[in-house]
Amino acid sequence: MVAGRKVERENEIELVRQLRAGNPAAFDRFVEHFRSKIFQYSWMMCGHREDAEEVAQETLLKVFENFEQLREPERVRSWVFRIAKNACLMKRRRGIFEPAQELSLDELMPLAQRNGQMVKIEIADWSGLPDREVLRTELRDVLQRAMAELPEIYRSVILLRDVEELSTEETAQVLEVSTDVVKTRLHRARLAVRQSIDLYLRNIAETRGGRNGTQVRQLH
Amino acid sequence: MAHKCGNCTEIFGMLSEYLDLELPPAMCQEIDEHLATCPPCVDFVKSLRKTVDLCRQYEPSETPAPLGEAARRDLLAAYRRMLTGEFAKPEKIELPR
Repeated sequence: MVAGRKVERENEIELVRQLRAGNPAAFDRFVEHFRSKIFQYSWMMCGHREDAEEVAQETLLKVFENFEQLREPERVRSWVFRIAKNACLMKRRRGIFEPAQELSLDELMPLAQRNGQMVKIEIADWSGLPDREVLRTELRDVLQRAMAELPEIYRSVILLRDVEELSTEETAQVLEVSTDVVKTRLHRARLAVRQSIDLYLRNIAETRGGRNGTQVRQLH
Repeated sequence: MAHKCGNCTEIFGMLSEYLDLELPPAMCQEIDEHLATCPPCVDFVKSLRKTVDLCRQYEPSETPAPLGEAARRDLLAAYRRMLTGEFAKPEKIELPR
C-alpha cells in the first residue's frame, strides 16, 4: 500500500472515532470522503451517474442507521463498501438482467505463434509509458474504459482490490465469495486490463512510426 | 529450454498471486527461477505489475455533484439519531472479519 493510501485509511479510522464522539466537523468530512468513494465505485458498477448518486446517498443513510454494528473502526472501508455493493445490486435488479460472463485465460495471453517447441509472443514496449499530461489523461481514459468493459464479476473485484486497495480477505467479505474466487477473478481482470493498455501502447508506437509498436519475444 | 516449474504457460495463471505475495514460498521460488532464465516472462510480469500500479493511481474522471441541501439534511438527521441511539433495531449487517 502506498504511503498516501495508508494515511487515508488511518484518517478514516480516526474519522469513525470522532463521529462516535459527536464531533460535528467529522460528519462533513466523513460524508465527503465516503460519498466520493461510493459514487466512483457505483458509477463504475452501475454505469449511470444518477444511480451512482442515489447509491451513495442510500449507502450513507444505512451507514448511520447501522453504525453501532461497526465494532472495529479498522474495518470501516470494507463495511461501507459492503453496504454500497448491496445498494448497487438493488439498482441492477431493477434494470436488465445480465448473465455473468467468464473471461478465459487463453484469450488473455499475449498473441503467440508456435514454431515447434518455441513460442513467440508479441508485447508492447512498456518501458516508456506516456509522461506528457495529455497522454496521461488518455491513459487514464484507456484504463477506465478497460475496467468499465470488464464483466461485472471481474470489475467489482479489481475496483475493490486494486483501486480501493482492500485486502483479498476484505474483498471476499464485501462480495460474499471465497478468497480463491477473488484471486482467480482478480488475475483475469488484471490480464484483461493489461491487454487493453498493451493495445493502446502499440497504437501509440505505430502512430509514432515504430515497428508495429511491438517487440517479439521468444517464450520457452 | 526446460525449467523446474514447467513452461511459461503454466506460470501464467499464477502471476497475480506471485505479485501479491500470496503464493507459498516454494512456488514463488520456482517462478523466480523461471524468470531468471526467461526475459519474455520478465517483460510480461513487468507489464502486469505496471497495470496494478496504474489501477492504484487511478483517479476517476467523474465526481459526484455537490451534496444538495435536502440530502445533507437527511444524512445529518440520521447521524443525530445514531448519536442518540434512536435506531432501536437496526437491520442486521454482518461485519467483515
